[in-house]
Amino acid sequence: MTQKKPIVKEQNHNYPPEMIAWIQHAAELGRYDIRGMGAKRKIPDFNDLTFLTASMSRYPLEGYREKCVTQTVIGGRHGAKPIELDIPITIAGMSFGSLNAQAKDALGRGASQMGTSTTTGDGGMTPEERKSSKILVYQCLPSRYGFNPDDARKADAIEIVIGQGAKPGGGGILLGQKISPRVAGMRTLPEGIDQRSACRHPDWTGPDDLVIKIEELRELTLGKVPIYVKIGATRAYHDVKLCCHAGADVIVVDGMQGGTAATQDCYIEHTGIPTLAAVRMAVEALQDLGLYRKVHLIISGGIRTGADVAKALAMGADVVSIGQAMLIAMGCNMDLPEWEEDYHKLGTAAGYCHHCQTGLCPAGITTQDPEISKKLDPDKAGRKVRNYLKTLTLELQTLARACGKSNVHHLEKEDLAALTMEAAAIAKIPLVGTDWYPGK
Amino acid sequence: MVQIDCSPLTTSEINKKLRELPEGSEVELLNPAGRHNLAVGLEKKIDLTINGHGGYYYGGMNKNAEITINGNAGPGVAENMMSGRVRVKGHASTSAGASGHGGLLVIEKDTSLRCGISLKGSDIVVRGCVGNMCAFMAQAGNILIGGDAGQALGDSLYEAVIYLGGKYKSLGADAKEDSMTDEDITIIKDMLSRAGFNDLKPENFKKIISAKTLYHFDSEKKQDY
Repeated sequence: MTQKKPIVKEQNHNYPPEMIAWIQHAAELGRYDIRGMGAKRKIPDFNDLTFLTASMSRYPLEGYREKCVTQTVIGGRHGAKPIELDIPITIAGMSFGSLNAQAKDALGRGASQMGTSTTTGDGGMTPEERKSSKILVYQCLPSRYGFNPDDARKADAIEIVIGQGAKPGGGGILLGQKISPRVAGMRTLPEGIDQRSACRHPDWTGPDDLVIKIEELRELTLGKVPIYVKIGATRAYHDVKLCCHAGADVIVVDGMQGGTAATQDCYIEHTGIPTLAAVRMAVEALQDLGLYRKVHLIISGGIRTGADVAKALAMGADVVSIGQAMLIAMGCNMDLPEWEEDYHKLGTAAGYCHHCQTGLCPAGITTQDPEISKKLDPDKAGRKVRNYLKTLTLELQTLARACGKSNVHHLEKEDLAALTMEAAAIAKIPLVGTDWYPGK
Repeated sequence: MVQIDCSPLTTSEINKKLRELPEGSEVELLNPAGRHNLAVGLEKKIDLTINGHGGYYYGGMNKNAEITINGNAGPGVAENMMSGRVRVKGHASTSAGASGHGGLLVIEKDTSLRCGISLKGSDIVVRGCVGNMCAFMAQAGNILIGGDAGQALGDSLYEAVIYLGGKYKSLGADAKEDSMTDEDITIIKDMLSRAGFNDLKPENFKKIISAKTLYHFDSEKKQDY
């Protein structure tokens, strides 16, 4: 009787089964993969830091009783009416087009109930969002889809977008199935085409031009509203300095964990730097210019929990901004039996879906289909947004009190320790049990 | 006629004076001296003449005003214009008429790179020549060029239409020449009339439009990105 040959599966780090599958998929598809969400691979993040809360050498505040201020005022550097937030957590720009009107409405409702802001996106301002959002930041993007002076004058701040964490250097994408008549009208595009936004602004090129562009927007709005500049985190130290020189009142730095509704997978996974590095570099830049706390810093990209918020603030951010986690709060990737088939139709399952680009969102959020959109009740979803923001705020406060802080903005780097050598090096925070980090 | 001497005033003071003028005013700005951001975001129908060369963004986001620049214009003249008319008697710099939604931009001499980039419905008439990347990603509106065009004319066009009186150095990705129709002749006549270039002959123009091969991803086709 012939002996069966043993099956040998020798590990191949360069071409593991997943890589073989991807190459064969690329050979079938003939173009890059486009998907939603942010970077999925494990990268250094705020989980690699821990708080050195009070003990004998530090005195805590009562966790549930003593006041811990969360009010935050930003953007008054050049005399504009500053943005007054009740909490240092805002909602990031997500376009009408990638999201439906119901989702934009819900985000506005939840944000307003918590006294914070939302941000438009690459599709312009919808009436629903302006009505629901007590504080609305209006984006001026390379595409200029829907950008107009009337809406700019209705905004509470203007955010010039140079890039975002999911795709610094790349423009937006919205596939044809989501270019509905309303979206097409707002963006001045034919219905149903695969839309690819410009990645560079049409009327200015570098930081010297940006000075003049910011002045133009101040002229338009009579200097009344703060001007934000948003960048995807890459060379964050230099970029933040250039934004300051250009005249930004607020700088938004979006790390590589930042999400999107549709971008090439190769951008999402292989561009930008982790938010942990970005916040440290941005703060250093501001400090070196003597503009720390004068030009305000908003950090975004993979902020999920109150602990993330607290750590970002401890590292020097004034505010954090949240995008994809807000959608998750509203129901994205929720595991409901009645949605199981919808996930399966997309070839995925609850907890694993990243198919925002299809317009078939099982949660009714990242779709323009009127029937699917009915799944999202703006009132209920708005309440979820509010509750999520409330949870983050309570976590933030409780951590701050445990560090002995009566104001969340008093959190400082000294309250933190790094759990890994990488995080210590990236954040320039001492490794636990030491007073050292690489490079010190 | 109201005259405003720009010399002793800040840009904001000048723009404030312009905004406060009643509808129908005729106004002249003297000594702009190339400063930036004059006549930005006007909303009223006024007749404004700027006597001198301009900096960046003159007539930016204009609504209703009729603006004439008696000189050259800097980058981004009439950018994001919503309605009204901007006329440049001299040359215009880069990104003239960028992302304009409505109204008419007239340039009596030449303009530079990226004229009409990201256009969203304005009409642009350039009597002279345009530089490279004219009408890049132009989505809607018409661009009429009396002279020649540089490289990559109409690169990544959407639905905007280019009428060219001279020659182009090269066409951009997905741009193609198309045959003229009676409707095109009518459009050209109208644009020339509004611009005051009635000596130019509509039949001498060629039409460039999007070939629309990049509207959808298609791995079976050789898509020229």
